[in-house]
Amino acid sequence: MFDYFNPYRIFKINSTLQKIIFLCFILTLSIGLVEALFLSPEDYLQKDSVRIMYVHVPAAWISLGIFSTIALLSFSVFVFKNKNFILISKSLAPSGILFTLIALVTGSIWGKPTWGTWWAWDARITSMLILFLFYTLYLLSFRIFEDQDRSNKISSIIAIFGAINIPIIKFSVDWWNTLHQPASISLTEKSAIHSSMLIPLLIMTAAFALFSVLIFLMKYNTELIKIKNKGLKRL
Amino acid sequence: MISDLILMNGYGIYVWSAFAFTLIGFFSLYFIISLQLKKEQKRFEKNFTTLSEEKYTVAINQEINKEILKHSGSKV
Repeated sequence: MFDYFNPYRIFKINSTLQKIIFLCFILTLSIGLVEALFLSPEDYLQKDSVRIMYVHVPAAWISLGIFSTIALLSFSVFVFKNKNFILISKSLAPSGILFTLIALVTGSIWGKPTWGTWWAWDARITSMLILFLFYTLYLLSFRIFEDQDRSNKISSIIAIFGAINIPIIKFSVDWWNTLHQPASISLTEKSAIHSSMLIPLLIMTAAFALFSVLIFLMKYNTELIKIKNKGLKRL
Repeated sequence: MISDLILMNGYGIYVWSAFAFTLIGFFSLYFIISLQLKKEQKRFEKNFTTLSEEKYTVAINQEINKEILKHSGSKV
Protein backbone atom coordinates (compact mmCIF):
# COMPACT_ATOMS: atom_id res chain seq x y z
CA MET A 1 0.00 0.00 0.00
CA PHE A 2 2.83 2.39 0.89
CA ASP A 3 4.24 2.01 -2.61
CA TYR A 4 1.65 4.63 -3.59
CA PHE A 5 3.57 7.05 -1.35
CA ASN A 6 6.84 6.31 -3.16
CA PRO A 7 8.54 9.74 -3.63
CA TYR A 8 9.59 9.00 -7.23
CA ARG A 9 6.05 7.99 -8.15
CA ILE A 10 4.55 11.08 -6.49
CA PHE A 11 7.16 13.39 -8.09
CA LYS A 12 6.40 12.01 -11.55
CA ILE A 13 2.62 12.35 -11.11
CA ASN A 14 3.04 15.80 -9.51
CA SER A 15 5.03 17.23 -12.38
CA THR A 16 2.43 16.12 -14.93
CA LEU A 17 -0.56 17.14 -12.85
CA GLN A 18 0.59 20.69 -12.01
CA LYS A 19 -0.33 22.24 -15.36
CA ILE A 20 -3.73 20.48 -15.51
CA ILE A 21 -4.60 21.54 -11.96
CA PHE A 22 -3.49 25.11 -12.68
CA LEU A 23 -5.78 25.35 -15.72
CA CYS A 24 -8.71 23.79 -13.82
CA PHE A 25 -8.12 26.23 -10.94
CA ILE A 26 -8.12 29.32 -13.21
CA LEU A 27 -11.29 28.11 -14.97
CA THR A 28 -13.17 27.24 -11.75
CA LEU A 29 -12.06 30.46 -10.02
CA SER A 30 -13.19 32.59 -12.98
CA ILE A 31 -16.64 30.98 -13.01
CA GLY A 32 -16.83 31.17 -9.21
CA LEU A 33 -15.90 34.87 -9.12
CA VAL A 34 -18.52 35.80 -11.74
CA GLU A 35 -21.16 33.78 -9.88
CA ALA A 36 -20.19 35.13 -6.45
CA LEU A 37 -19.77 38.79 -7.35
CA PHE A 38 -22.37 39.36 -10.06
CA LEU A 39 -24.86 36.52 -10.60
CA SER A 40 -25.76 35.33 -7.10
CA PRO A 41 -28.59 37.23 -5.38
CA GLU A 42 -28.14 39.52 -2.39
CA ASP A 43 -29.36 38.40 1.01
CA TYR A 44 -32.65 39.84 2.31
CA LEU A 45 -30.98 40.78 5.61
CA GLN A 46 -27.26 41.17 4.95
CA LYS A 47 -27.72 42.61 1.43
CA ASP A 48 -24.53 42.52 -0.71
CA SER A 49 -22.21 41.92 2.24
CA VAL A 50 -23.27 38.24 2.04
CA ARG A 51 -20.94 37.90 -0.98
CA ILE A 52 -18.00 37.78 1.46
CA MET A 53 -19.35 34.32 2.40
CA TYR A 54 -18.06 32.99 -0.96
CA VAL A 55 -14.44 33.51 0.12
CA HIS A 56 -14.80 33.26 3.89
CA VAL A 57 -16.61 29.91 4.16
CA PRO A 58 -14.54 27.89 1.62
CA ALA A 59 -11.32 29.22 3.20
CA ALA A 60 -12.49 28.13 6.68
CA TRP A 61 -13.62 24.69 5.44
CA ILE A 62 -10.37 23.99 3.63
CA SER A 63 -8.14 25.25 6.44
CA LEU A 64 -9.90 22.84 8.82
CA GLY A 65 -9.72 19.99 6.29
CA ILE A 66 -6.00 20.51 5.73
CA PHE A 67 -5.17 20.65 9.44
CA SER A 68 -7.21 17.48 10.07
CA THR A 69 -5.26 15.74 7.29
CA ILE A 70 -1.94 16.98 8.72
CA ALA A 71 -2.92 15.71 12.20
CA LEU A 72 -3.98 12.32 10.80
CA LEU A 73 -0.74 11.97 8.81
CA SER A 74 1.31 13.07 11.83
CA PHE A 75 -0.36 10.38 13.92
CA SER A 76 0.37 7.87 11.15
CA VAL A 77 4.05 8.85 11.27
CA PHE A 78 4.25 7.45 14.81
CA VAL A 79 2.28 4.31 13.87
CA PHE A 80 3.75 3.41 10.48
CA LYS A 81 7.16 5.19 10.75
CA ASN A 82 6.74 6.43 7.17
CA LYS A 83 8.73 9.69 6.77
CA ASN A 84 6.98 10.49 3.52
CA PHE A 85 3.87 11.34 5.57
CA ILE A 86 5.85 14.23 7.09
CA LEU A 87 6.81 15.43 3.63
CA ILE A 88 3.14 15.36 2.58
CA SER A 89 2.03 17.16 5.79
CA LYS A 90 4.76 19.79 5.47
CA SER A 91 3.70 20.45 1.86
CA LEU A 92 0.04 20.84 2.85
CA ALA A 93 0.74 23.41 5.58
CA PRO A 94 1.48 26.56 3.47
CA SER A 95 -1.94 26.57 1.80
CA GLY A 96 -3.55 25.64 5.14
CA ILE A 97 -2.07 28.65 6.92
CA LEU A 98 -3.04 30.95 4.03
CA PHE A 99 -6.66 29.73 4.10
CA THR A 100 -6.80 30.22 7.88
CA LEU A 101 -5.53 33.78 7.45
CA ILE A 102 -8.07 34.43 4.67
CA ALA A 103 -10.89 33.07 6.89
CA LEU A 104 -9.80 35.33 9.76
CA VAL A 105 -9.33 38.50 7.69
CA THR A 106 -12.44 38.12 5.52
CA GLY A 107 -14.42 37.19 8.65
CA SER A 108 -13.22 40.39 10.27
CA ILE A 109 -14.18 42.42 7.17
CA TRP A 110 -17.62 40.72 7.13
CA GLY A 111 -18.04 41.39 10.87
CA LYS A 112 -17.88 45.17 10.49
CA PRO A 113 -21.09 45.68 8.41
CA THR A 114 -22.87 42.69 10.04
CA TRP A 115 -22.02 42.93 13.76
CA GLY A 116 -20.65 46.50 13.82
CA THR A 117 -17.18 45.35 14.91
CA TRP A 118 -14.02 44.12 13.21
CA TRP A 119 -13.21 41.63 15.95
CA ALA A 120 -14.93 39.87 18.85
CA TRP A 121 -13.35 37.37 21.23
CA ASP A 122 -16.12 34.83 20.70
CA ALA A 123 -15.57 31.06 20.67
CA ARG A 124 -15.50 30.51 16.88
CA ILE A 125 -13.20 33.42 16.05
CA THR A 126 -10.85 32.73 18.97
CA SER A 127 -10.59 29.01 18.15
CA MET A 128 -9.82 29.91 14.50
CA LEU A 129 -7.07 32.23 15.74
CA ILE A 130 -5.71 29.32 17.81
CA LEU A 131 -5.72 27.19 14.64
CA PHE A 132 -3.65 29.90 12.94
CA LEU A 133 -1.18 29.78 15.85
CA PHE A 134 -0.95 25.98 15.57
CA TYR A 135 -0.21 26.28 11.83
CA THR A 136 2.47 28.88 12.62
CA LEU A 137 4.05 26.67 15.31
CA TYR A 138 3.90 23.65 13.00
CA LEU A 139 5.73 25.45 10.19
CA LEU A 140 8.19 27.13 12.55
CA SER A 141 9.18 23.79 14.09
CA PHE A 142 10.82 22.81 10.78
CA ARG A 143 12.87 26.00 10.80
CA ILE A 144 13.78 26.14 14.49
CA PHE A 145 15.16 22.63 14.97
CA GLU A 146 18.09 21.73 12.79
CA ASP A 147 18.05 18.04 13.66
CA GLN A 148 15.57 16.56 11.17
CA ASP A 149 14.37 13.69 13.39
CA ARG A 150 13.71 16.11 16.23
CA SER A 151 11.86 18.62 14.05
CA ASN A 152 9.76 15.80 12.54
CA LYS A 153 8.81 14.53 15.99
CA ILE A 154 8.01 17.99 17.41
CA SER A 155 6.00 19.09 14.36
CA SER A 156 3.97 15.85 14.53
CA ILE A 157 3.25 16.40 18.24
CA ILE A 158 2.14 20.00 17.51
CA ALA A 159 -0.22 18.75 14.79
CA ILE A 160 -1.70 16.02 17.04
CA PHE A 161 -2.25 18.51 19.88
CA GLY A 162 -3.71 21.01 17.42
CA ALA A 163 -6.26 18.42 16.32
CA ILE A 164 -8.03 18.89 19.69
CA ASN A 165 -8.94 22.37 18.46
CA ILE A 166 -10.74 21.07 15.34
CA PRO A 167 -13.96 19.79 17.04
CA ILE A 168 -13.89 22.91 19.24
CA ILE A 169 -14.01 25.09 16.10
CA LYS A 170 -16.73 22.93 14.55
CA PHE A 171 -19.03 22.82 17.57
CA SER A 172 -18.17 26.20 19.15
CA VAL A 173 -21.35 27.74 17.72
CA ASP A 174 -23.46 25.00 19.36
CA TRP A 175 -21.61 24.79 22.70
CA TRP A 176 -21.37 28.53 23.45
CA ASN A 177 -23.33 31.69 22.76
CA THR A 178 -21.40 33.27 19.93
CA LEU A 179 -21.91 36.07 17.43
CA HIS A 180 -21.42 33.44 14.73
CA GLN A 181 -24.51 31.86 13.21
CA PRO A 182 -24.83 28.03 13.45
CA ALA A 183 -23.86 25.93 10.41
CA SER A 184 -26.22 26.41 7.44
CA ILE A 185 -24.88 23.42 5.51
CA SER A 186 -24.84 19.88 6.83
CA LEU A 187 -23.96 16.58 5.21
CA THR A 188 -26.83 14.83 6.98
CA GLU A 189 -29.58 17.46 6.83
CA LYS A 190 -31.13 19.60 4.13
CA SER A 191 -29.14 22.77 3.47
CA ALA A 192 -30.59 26.04 4.81
CA ILE A 193 -29.03 27.93 1.90
CA HIS A 194 -30.94 28.41 -1.37
CA SER A 195 -29.40 26.76 -4.44
CA SER A 196 -28.78 30.20 -6.02
CA MET A 197 -26.24 30.80 -3.23
CA LEU A 198 -25.20 27.21 -2.61
CA ILE A 199 -23.96 26.61 -6.19
CA PRO A 200 -21.54 29.62 -6.23
CA LEU A 201 -20.37 28.59 -2.76
CA LEU A 202 -19.58 25.07 -3.97
CA ILE A 203 -17.84 26.37 -7.11
CA MET A 204 -15.66 28.67 -4.99
CA THR A 205 -14.93 25.76 -2.62
CA ALA A 206 -13.82 23.66 -5.61
CA ALA A 207 -11.57 26.51 -6.80
CA PHE A 208 -10.00 26.88 -3.34
CA ALA A 209 -9.49 23.11 -3.10
CA LEU A 210 -7.78 23.08 -6.51
CA PHE A 211 -5.49 25.90 -5.38
CA SER A 212 -4.47 23.99 -2.26
CA VAL A 213 -3.77 20.89 -4.39
CA LEU A 214 -1.65 22.99 -6.76
CA ILE A 215 0.39 24.50 -3.93
CA PHE A 216 0.74 21.05 -2.36
CA LEU A 217 2.14 19.57 -5.60
CA MET A 218 4.63 22.40 -6.05
CA LYS A 219 5.74 22.40 -2.42
CA TYR A 220 6.10 18.60 -2.35
CA ASN A 221 8.38 18.67 -5.38
CA THR A 222 10.40 21.51 -3.83
CA GLU A 223 10.90 19.54 -0.60
CA LEU A 224 11.81 16.40 -2.51
CA ILE A 225 14.43 18.22 -4.61
CA LYS A 226 15.79 19.74 -1.38
CA ILE A 227 16.28 16.21 0.02
CA LYS A 228 17.87 15.02 -3.21
CA ASN A 229 20.22 18.03 -3.15
CA LYS A 230 21.46 16.91 0.27
CA GLY A 231 21.80 13.37 -1.14
CA LEU A 232 24.00 14.56 -4.01
CA LYS A 233 26.35 16.27 -1.57
CA ARG A 234 26.64 13.05 0.43
CA LEU A 235 27.46 10.88 -2.61
CA MET B 1 -25.01 50.04 -13.77
CA ILE B 2 -21.25 49.69 -13.35
CA SER B 3 -21.23 51.98 -10.32
CA ASP B 4 -23.97 49.79 -8.78
CA LEU B 5 -21.72 46.75 -9.18
CA ILE B 6 -18.81 48.58 -7.62
CA LEU B 7 -20.70 50.24 -4.77
CA MET B 8 -22.98 47.24 -3.95
CA ASN B 9 -25.41 49.34 -1.92
CA GLY B 10 -22.63 50.68 0.26
CA TYR B 11 -21.09 47.26 0.97
CA GLY B 12 -18.66 47.41 -1.99
CA ILE B 13 -15.68 48.44 0.12
CA TYR B 14 -16.12 45.36 2.35
CA VAL B 15 -16.86 42.89 -0.46
CA TRP B 16 -14.10 44.06 -2.82
CA SER B 17 -11.49 44.26 -0.07
CA ALA B 18 -12.32 40.68 1.08
CA PHE B 19 -12.00 39.36 -2.49
CA ALA B 20 -8.86 41.43 -3.15
CA PHE B 21 -7.19 40.11 0.02
CA THR B 22 -8.00 36.53 -1.03
CA LEU B 23 -6.67 36.94 -4.57
CA ILE B 24 -3.52 38.76 -3.40
CA GLY B 25 -2.98 35.92 -0.90
CA PHE B 26 -3.33 33.32 -3.69
CA PHE B 27 -0.97 35.18 -6.00
CA SER B 28 1.64 35.77 -3.27
CA LEU B 29 1.73 32.13 -2.12
CA TYR B 30 1.88 30.84 -5.70
CA PHE B 31 4.73 33.27 -6.46
CA ILE B 32 6.70 32.32 -3.31
CA ILE B 33 6.33 28.55 -3.87
CA SER B 34 7.24 28.87 -7.60
CA LEU B 35 10.34 30.81 -6.65
CA GLN B 36 11.36 28.20 -4.05
CA LEU B 37 10.82 25.39 -6.58
CA LYS B 38 12.92 27.11 -9.27
CA LYS B 39 15.67 27.88 -6.74
CA GLU B 40 15.90 24.23 -5.67
CA GLN B 41 15.85 23.02 -9.30
CA LYS B 42 18.75 25.36 -10.14
CA ARG B 43 20.70 24.26 -7.06
CA PHE B 44 20.13 20.61 -8.02
CA GLU B 45 21.35 21.24 -11.56
CA LYS B 46 24.42 23.09 -10.26
CA ASN B 47 25.25 20.28 -7.82
CA PHE B 48 24.91 17.76 -10.63
CA THR B 49 27.38 19.55 -12.89
CA THR B 50 30.01 19.62 -10.14
CA LEU B 51 29.91 15.83 -9.56
CA SER B 52 32.91 13.69 -10.45
CA GLU B 53 32.44 11.23 -13.31
CA GLU B 54 32.07 8.28 -10.94
CA LYS B 55 29.49 10.01 -8.75
CA TYR B 56 27.69 11.33 -11.83
CA THR B 57 27.22 7.76 -13.12
CA VAL B 58 25.72 6.71 -9.78
CA ALA B 59 23.44 9.76 -9.56
CA ILE B 60 22.18 9.75 -13.15
CA ASN B 61 21.07 6.13 -12.83
CA GLN B 62 18.57 7.05 -10.13
CA GLU B 63 15.12 7.44 -11.69
CA ILE B 64 14.11 10.34 -9.49
CA ASN B 65 17.23 12.36 -10.37
CA LYS B 66 16.51 11.88 -14.07
CA GLU B 67 12.95 13.02 -13.49
CA ILE B 68 14.03 16.16 -11.57
CA LEU B 69 16.48 17.11 -14.32
CA LYS B 70 13.85 16.46 -16.99
CA HIS B 71 11.31 18.77 -15.35
CA SER B 72 13.81 21.53 -14.60
CA GLY B 73 14.52 21.74 -18.34
CA SER B 74 18.16 20.85 -17.73
CA LYS B 75 20.63 19.94 -20.48
CA VAL B 76 22.84 17.99 -18.03
